[in-house]
This record gives sequence, structure tokens and C-alpha cells, in this order.
Amino acid sequence: MEAEAAKLLGAGLAAIGCGLAAIGVGNVFAKFLEGALRNPGAADGQQGRLFIGFAGAELLGLLSFVIAALLIFQ
Amino acid sequence: MAAEQAKVDPMYQFTIEPLVGANWEIAGYNIAFTNSALWMLITTVLLTVFVAGGMRRQLVPGRWQMAVESFTGFIDGMLEANIGKEGRKYVPYVFTLFMFILFANLLGLLPVGVLGIHPFTFTSHFTVTGILAAISFSIVLVVGFWKHKLHFFSLFVPHGTPLPMVPVLFVIELVSFAVRPFSLALRLFVAMMAGHVLLKVLSSFVIDGTNAGLGYGFLIGLPSLLLMVAISALEILVAGIQAYVFALLTSLYINDAEHLH
Repeated sequence: MEAEAAKLLGAGLAAIGCGLAAIGVGNVFAKFLEGALRNPGAADGQQGRLFIGFAGAELLGLLSFVIAALLIFQ
Repeated sequence: MAAEQAKVDPMYQFTIEPLVGANWEIAGYNIAFTNSALWMLITTVLLTVFVAGGMRRQLVPGRWQMAVESFTGFIDGMLEANIGKEGRKYVPYVFTLFMFILFANLLGLLPVGVLGIHPFTFTSHFTVTGILAAISFSIVLVVGFWKHKLHFFSLFVPHGTPLPMVPVLFVIELVSFAVRPFSLALRLFVAMMAGHVLLKVLSSFVIDGTNAGLGYGFLIGLPSLLLMVAISALEILVAGIQAYVFALLTSLYINDAEHLH
């Protein structure tokens, strides 16, 4: 296999990670909403933690984007 | 490289061009006034105007003062919730950080390109976000070592760790502490860059699709244009969230430095 082709294939494989992170981010917000509807009174105080979870889940997807970009453009 | 040269280069928007003084140098480093610097200046000026307009300190605030006070109140509340009453002294720094990133992200999304002025999102460059993250991280280090001296290293050994696990956990916690500035900078930079690349890729679909003929224009160009509008709305949301997350994580890290575990 040519190195160039392998790079592009690798970038495509790395893009799977972005999709998986999308599942993760969706999970974070879904579970938060689930809990918030059960106990709306406690929901407002937990928004900081919601965004910490969001940031953690999102970062891993962004890392796979970085790897894809590095493979294509380097 | 890509198989054939696209008409719209999605990475071109990130090129840094010197505007004034392309050959100014200090110790061999070029210090030209670039478009990145220009947009940082614009951000700073607009932010100063925005905040100064709200500092009239009237007892019954007008709309402008209300807008500024809700931002400061928001940051104040966030620091109070995450750090406690010691958090008050970090309000100026975190407020500046949050507003600077927020204004930069939003200014980069302004549709002034139709007027011929091309907005430049300087938060889509790792150098800028890296410096911001480095400032946050050095505040954590300075506060931590100033307040707790060498006891600060107990941050890396959580309470109740069994003795045989201490060396392993120390290394793990040290690594997770050391990558914080990188993850902080990387998140903002990639989130902004990915959004802008996506918009440009979609715009190339619109342009090339419409150039290929009326049928393609309706089949590909129109849905892509609608998607672009929707993604632009999403980007405004992302601009706010990323600024918030940056400020939130900074306040969490400062909390670690203030209170250890």
C-alpha cells in the first residue's frame, strides 16, 4: 500500500473517533436531562458538572480530529 | 495530499498575513503586525468599550449596565460555587479570560466577509490558546506553591491511598496534572478550527454544486446552504460553550491549587 493511501485511510479511521465522541456527548446531556427531570430542584446546581463531563467527552473526539488532520496535512 | 486541488481551500482562512511591518525583527524573530494581531486588537477594543459602557454604577441599572453586570455576576457565581469565598480574588482574571475568548469566538463568526472584511478567528490557532492556557496553568502553579509550599505535591496523592500504590498513583496524577494546559488549549483551538473548516467545506459544496448546473445546485447546493445556516447557529452555541468551559476548567484548576484535595 502506498504511504499516501495509508495516511488517508488512517485519517478516515480516526474520524470514527469523532462519531464515538458524539455518542459520548449525547450520553452526557441525555443522562443530565434524565436526572434533571426527576429532581428539577437540584438541576441548576449541577450545571458546572454537566459541562465538565461535556468537556471531557468532547476532548477525546477533538483529539481524533487532530490526528486525522495531522495525517492529512503533514 | 488530496487527489485534486479543490476550488475552496478550507485551510486558507487560517493563514496569518503580515499587514504592517513585514520585516520588523527583534533578535531574529519577526514581529510584524498580522491579521491575527489586528483581530486581537479589535477584540480588546470592543471588550473595553463594552465593559466601560456598563461601569456607570447607577443604582437602577440601564440595559447596558445590566448586560455587563450579568456577565460579571455569572463569573462571580461560578467562582463562588467552585472555589468558595477565596474565589472572589480570581474574578478579574477569569472574567477577562472568559470575555476575551467569547468575543474572539463570536467576532470570528461575524458575516462581515460579504463586505470584503474577512474576520480572523485567532482562537483557532494553538499559539494563542496555548498562551492563554499557559497563563492559567502558571497561576495554578504560583498559587499552589505560594500557599502550600512543597505540601502542594500532596495534590498528586489522593487521601487514603494504600502505601504500595503511592508511587504508581503519584506518576499517574502527575501526568494528568501536566497535560492540563495542553488539553485546555487543544479543546478551544480544535473546536474553533473544526467548526470553521466545516463551514468552508460546506461552502465549497454550495459553490461547486451550483457551478455544475441548475440540477446539481438544487440537489446539492441548496441542502448544503441550509445546513450551513444551521451549523452557523451551532457554531454560535459552541463559541459560548467553549469560552464557558475554558473559564470553568480554569476555576476548577485554581480550586485544586487553593484547597488541594
